[in-house]
Amino acid sequence: MTRLDALQAIYPELERSVVVTIMGAVAAELQSIGHRPNFFYLLHAMGLASSVGLGIALARPELPVVVLDGDGSLLMNLGTLVTVAGMAPKNYLHVVLEGKTYDTSGGQPTPNEGKVDFAGLARAAGYVRAETADDEAGLHQALSELVKADGPALLCVRVNSMWAMGSLPGRAARDIYDSVAAALATS
Amino acid sequence: MIYRALKEADIRIISALPETWLVHLIRMADDDPEMTLVRLAKEEEGVGVSTGAHLAGVKSAMLMQNHGFLAAVNGIVSCGQLYRIPLLMLISQRGSFGERDPWQCEGGGVTEHVLEALRIPFDRLEAPDHVGKRILKAQTLAHASSRPVALLLCRDLMWEDS
Repeated sequence: MTRLDALQAIYPELERSVVVTIMGAVAAELQSIGHRPNFFYLLHAMGLASSVGLGIALARPELPVVVLDGDGSLLMNLGTLVTVAGMAPKNYLHVVLEGKTYDTSGGQPTPNEGKVDFAGLARAAGYVRAETADDEAGLHQALSELVKADGPALLCVRVNSMWAMGSLPGRAARDIYDSVAAALATS
Repeated sequence: MIYRALKEADIRIISALPETWLVHLIRMADDDPEMTLVRLAKEEEGVGVSTGAHLAGVKSAMLMQNHGFLAAVNGIVSCGQLYRIPLLMLISQRGSFGERDPWQCEGGGVTEHVLEALRIPFDRLEAPDHVGKRILKAQTLAHASSRPVALLLCRDLMWEDS
């Protein structure tokens, strides 16, 4: 399954959630499927998608929050798994799209690529649930289970990381911010 | 009175990583049912948390040591400044005049230079008489400029030398 396939499979869940994406391919591909006012794309600050998602989840505990993270990004801020587990936000789903490469810079492998158990790391850090999906059937199954129960939960999706389509969100960072803030203020 | 001023500034989420001078403040945040204390594993995370909180309409602040500020620099630049977040950072200024711990001194020597290099406006909290006023003015500036602002918590205010 490509990352685009995975995002398309997850997309219906995203429609009803506040979504934070990490920069690069994830942001571009999500935008190409269809931008929504509740999607916040990080353009930089690799590693911080999970932290931004935590801030939103704590500020608005009644809204479901989905973080679309990459494995490279998560590796930069691995402590986030412990911080999030410690705060235990029930409305938090952390999706890690494990492409095993740094796509934005041209596809170089992440450290120890393919041998890291991200769901295991999350569970060991204290996440309530964590699952891994290797194909679309597994993804649908895992997702439907994880959204039924309280979080924080992690879903690691193993994808073929080719950057399939889309270009990086072209608007200025502050414009993205303002439109999402406006959407959140009225929801 | 630092804590009272933060509440008056409508701060409802505080991200912190403990250091000796900040222990009392962190405990006050922890004990306060109206405040959410986020215990960080690394200071840089707090920039993300404040960005998310602000996006969702809640004011927040960070409590960290100056070495923690150094650890957070990329987050401050490529998230806080890029997204124009009015991030209020309270930074305990170790390694400055009166410091007895040798390992703190490198950080103390560069903190203000790094703040200046990043064009982060900063002020000092040195005595009780100006704490409340300076915290409110820092918060006002952060919101007017839509940029991170720092307050250095100085030794005279934070630590009793025996």
